[in-house]
Amino acid sequence: MATVWVPALLRDLTGGIERAQVAGATVREVIDSLEAQFPGVRARLCEGDSLRPGVAVVVDGAVSRQRLRQKVKEDSEVHFIPAITGGAG
Amino acid sequence: MTPGKVTVHTRINGEEVTFLCEPRQSLLEVLRMELGFTGAKECCNNGNCGACSVLLDGVLVNSCLVLAVEAEGKSILTVEGIAPAEGLHLLQQKFLEHAALQCGICTPGFIVSAYALLQRNPRPSEQEVRRWMAGNLCRCTGYDKIIAAVLDAAACLREKASGEVRVP
Amino acid sequence: MNEKETYRVIGTRPLRPDGADKVTGRALYGADLRLPGMLYGAVLRSPHAHARILSIDTSAAEALPGVKAVVTAADLPDVEAKVASLGEGSVNTRYQSWNILAREKALYYGHAVAVVAAASVHIAQEAVKLIRVNYEVLPPVLDVLQAMQADAPILLRDLRTDELGEKGSALTNVAAHHQTKKGDVERGFQEAAVTVEREFHTATVHQGYIEPQNATALYNQDGRITIWCSTQGSFGVRDQLKDILDVPVAQIKVVPMEIGGGFGGKNNVYLEPLAALLSKKSGHKPVRLTMNHADVLSATGPTSGSVIRVKMGARKDGRITAAQAWLAYEAGAFPGSPVTSGMGVIFGPYAIENVLLDGYDVVVNKPPAAAYRAPGGTNAAFAAEVVIDELAEKLGMDPLDLRLLNAAKEGDRKADGVAYGRIGCVEVLEAARNHPHYRAPLPGKFRGRGVAAGSWGNYGGKSSASASVNSDGSVNLVEGSVDIGGSRASISMQLAETLQIPVESIRPQVADTDTVGYTEGTYGSRTTFATGWAVYELGRRLIGLLCERAAQLWDVEPGQVTYEGGVFSCGGQRLSFAELAGKMDETGGAVVASVSVQPETWGPAFAAHIVDVEVDPETGKVDILRYTAVQDVGKAVHPAYVEGQIQGGVAQGVGWGLSEGYYYDAQGRLANASLLDYRMPTSLDLPAIETVIVEVPNPGHPYGVRGVGEVPIVPPPAAIANAIYRAVGVRLTTLPMSPARVLEALGKA
Repeated sequence: MATVWVPALLRDLTGGIERAQVAGATVREVIDSLEAQFPGVRARLCEGDSLRPGVAVVVDGAVSRQRLRQKVKEDSEVHFIPAITGGAG
Repeated sequence: MTPGKVTVHTRINGEEVTFLCEPRQSLLEVLRMELGFTGAKECCNNGNCGACSVLLDGVLVNSCLVLAVEAEGKSILTVEGIAPAEGLHLLQQKFLEHAALQCGICTPGFIVSAYALLQRNPRPSEQEVRRWMAGNLCRCTGYDKIIAAVLDAAACLREKASGEVRVP
Repeated sequence: MNEKETYRVIGTRPLRPDGADKVTGRALYGADLRLPGMLYGAVLRSPHAHARILSIDTSAAEALPGVKAVVTAADLPDVEAKVASLGEGSVNTRYQSWNILAREKALYYGHAVAVVAAASVHIAQEAVKLIRVNYEVLPPVLDVLQAMQADAPILLRDLRTDELGEKGSALTNVAAHHQTKKGDVERGFQEAAVTVEREFHTATVHQGYIEPQNATALYNQDGRITIWCSTQGSFGVRDQLKDILDVPVAQIKVVPMEIGGGFGGKNNVYLEPLAALLSKKSGHKPVRLTMNHADVLSATGPTSGSVIRVKMGARKDGRITAAQAWLAYEAGAFPGSPVTSGMGVIFGPYAIENVLLDGYDVVVNKPPAAAYRAPGGTNAAFAAEVVIDELAEKLGMDPLDLRLLNAAKEGDRKADGVAYGRIGCVEVLEAARNHPHYRAPLPGKFRGRGVAAGSWGNYGGKSSASASVNSDGSVNLVEGSVDIGGSRASISMQLAETLQIPVESIRPQVADTDTVGYTEGTYGSRTTFATGWAVYELGRRLIGLLCERAAQLWDVEPGQVTYEGGVFSCGGQRLSFAELAGKMDETGGAVVASVSVQPETWGPAFAAHIVDVEVDPETGKVDILRYTAVQDVGKAVHPAYVEGQIQGGVAQGVGWGLSEGYYYDAQGRLANASLLDYRMPTSLDLPAIETVIVEVPNPGHPYGVRGVGEVPIVPPPAAIANAIYRAVGVRLTTLPMSPARVLEALGKA
């Protein structure tokens, strides 16, 4: 199962846990599994059928451009981090 | 003659040039907009950055602070007039060899300014170059390579002029 | 993926391909372009920092002879909120539209309100003075802490704090709260033998590019819009115009002119949509708009002023046990400060078990923040690196030894939990510690030596390129990366390396958006990395095609042809690259290729700076005596331009540290909107800047390249502050460390 690092601001939904082992072959499925365990997570990470624009997903150290479609391996690490901004009004 | 406009007689880069301008137009504006000498850059337009540097009767000026009518009877050297008939001026060559430019917008001003410095002082110290160039702003390079290029060009020009041998 | 062989081209210092044009004044920048029938524009800007616009009367301006068009916000489509990806920044299109021309409110001094096109710039300027705007002046909010207070005047009518998808209930100026948490900082601080806690303030500063923004537009009768402008990213301009003007992307062509500096500040559009609307309204005449530096400083992207609180603790042996930071960044008038980038940088060079970061993105009545070289990083490193210096002092440790002890290595996790790949943080710190500068004596009163480290994540992004082989063996290269600092050279070199031909054989051309595939802007330290990767793929594709041609000539299978040392061969048959190129006509005609890449494996950059200063105790002036910047660059493609990037970043960092900053009066009017009063370093303010290039190849790039351009601006203010402390015994915690601030710290103000 993949290891998801729970974003700090969502840890109120996970009872404070920092990492969760969840099933899923894609980021979308990983979020589905998280949602099943910790209801409310999906609404915070996604907007409609995509990841929120301000959220980047990192799988095994690389920022993914496939986002929800990104493949996740059995031993993958998944992080949701703020999308890097340069400052743009 | 167009009403409200003034006729001005100059020499620009060695050629006689007569132009019409409004009294309120700067030399920079006329050089760029009327005469096509866009090598002088319009950046701060108030004398702070040096990107519009030209020589007016041999004197280094910010052309944004000179009215075009003030050029009457004077000779003007712009960056377009620096290079010899063939190839580049040594200053230009040294700027390239030392990678003394990144974006290049300040480069014409620096080259004109350095040209003026070497006319007055063919053997400037690093500190003299830094002081002379303080009126030309560069935001890309940190000046290091510009100063090196000017010092190297000065040494090569001296060598060329007098057969002086450079100490490596 | 790194090729172990010795490079032939990479690592050399050829002259840049655009060199002659740049030193003779022939290179065409945006303001050098002239089109037949061109009109010139001028912009009316708000004299108020915060005001409701009750009415705008343009009739007198329109009546002035020579005036061809006047545009206000009423002429812009009222675009819906939509976040468009801009790579390094994300832009809320509606806010951006409001920024292009003030719609309901003017939100900062210099905010554009109306714009005029006329037969000459002088007429346009006269016309602007005839526009009557009726304002209801509102109290301005100029300070990030003031803006965060519950009773602060509210800038935007719909802004609620976002906390990762959860919106606050009250209207506020705090656009977002971000948090990163690893381990347990409370426990970490309990384990600490020493802790240091300080609050830092940094001023709003500007990128300071010498060439002001400019844009020329032709809105053709057929609906096609052509824009010639000074931009870091022509496709980014096209994307923004599509959204702001609400026109199909196919109707827009953006021609990037030579660019006179950007440093992040020329990604966002300001003048381009205005020039397009004026062109349409004036009967499809080309219209040029240019800024002066008063406009640039008051109305284009500065980077955020900030307040940062840092607390760090360490054991007696120097191991850092916990680090906590609270960062509040000014976004300017609309959300979007680089606070999350600051959170990424703040403890970036260190492996720390327990970290808690809270970041706030706060709107104030200043121009909207734009990217500026390692956005948000310099502010953050200033805070963290001064605190680390103080930890070292309290522990009685050498400040570089303390940093080395805690330095991040491959596999260590950042605050956000993501593990580092192969990085050069340790190598950089060791090179600094071993540098003669660090061990050199520094005699004399009021002199001190400071050090600081810095990190930057870098970026990859989308790049495209195409090429065609000429019959003499030269190669025409078409790329979309705007050349802001010599990238024609660094890109050509990577293609030449791949093709194993001389770099002089490559003819690079930066193309417009109709001519080349999508290419992100020259930002995020991505061009030499990502466009370099594109031309590497391009080169391999050309070699593949040429192997097919050789196979045809020799009547063998393409797989039997090898290419080595610039020579195609098979058995006893041999043809050089140029020789085979000369036989294109008899083997099927032109050899062309094009590629597009989007690499994800950029590697972070690390830097360590050493600076010696002398403080004048009478005036408070700080002089830089010596400066050494050490940096891991992965692989230096063109070392001279790598050195130039480092030196330029240092120079900007020194300005940020010592002399640059926005000064607003109580009404929010920018008091130093000129390059005389916004004081950037001159050649006289800086010493020679020594650079030390460390090369820890990035395993995620064919040639080991890491981004170079951004990290060198991260350490300077901290290094200078630490040097000032060593010189005169006071800790400066506010930027800029101007003579007045130094005197105040010395108790002499």
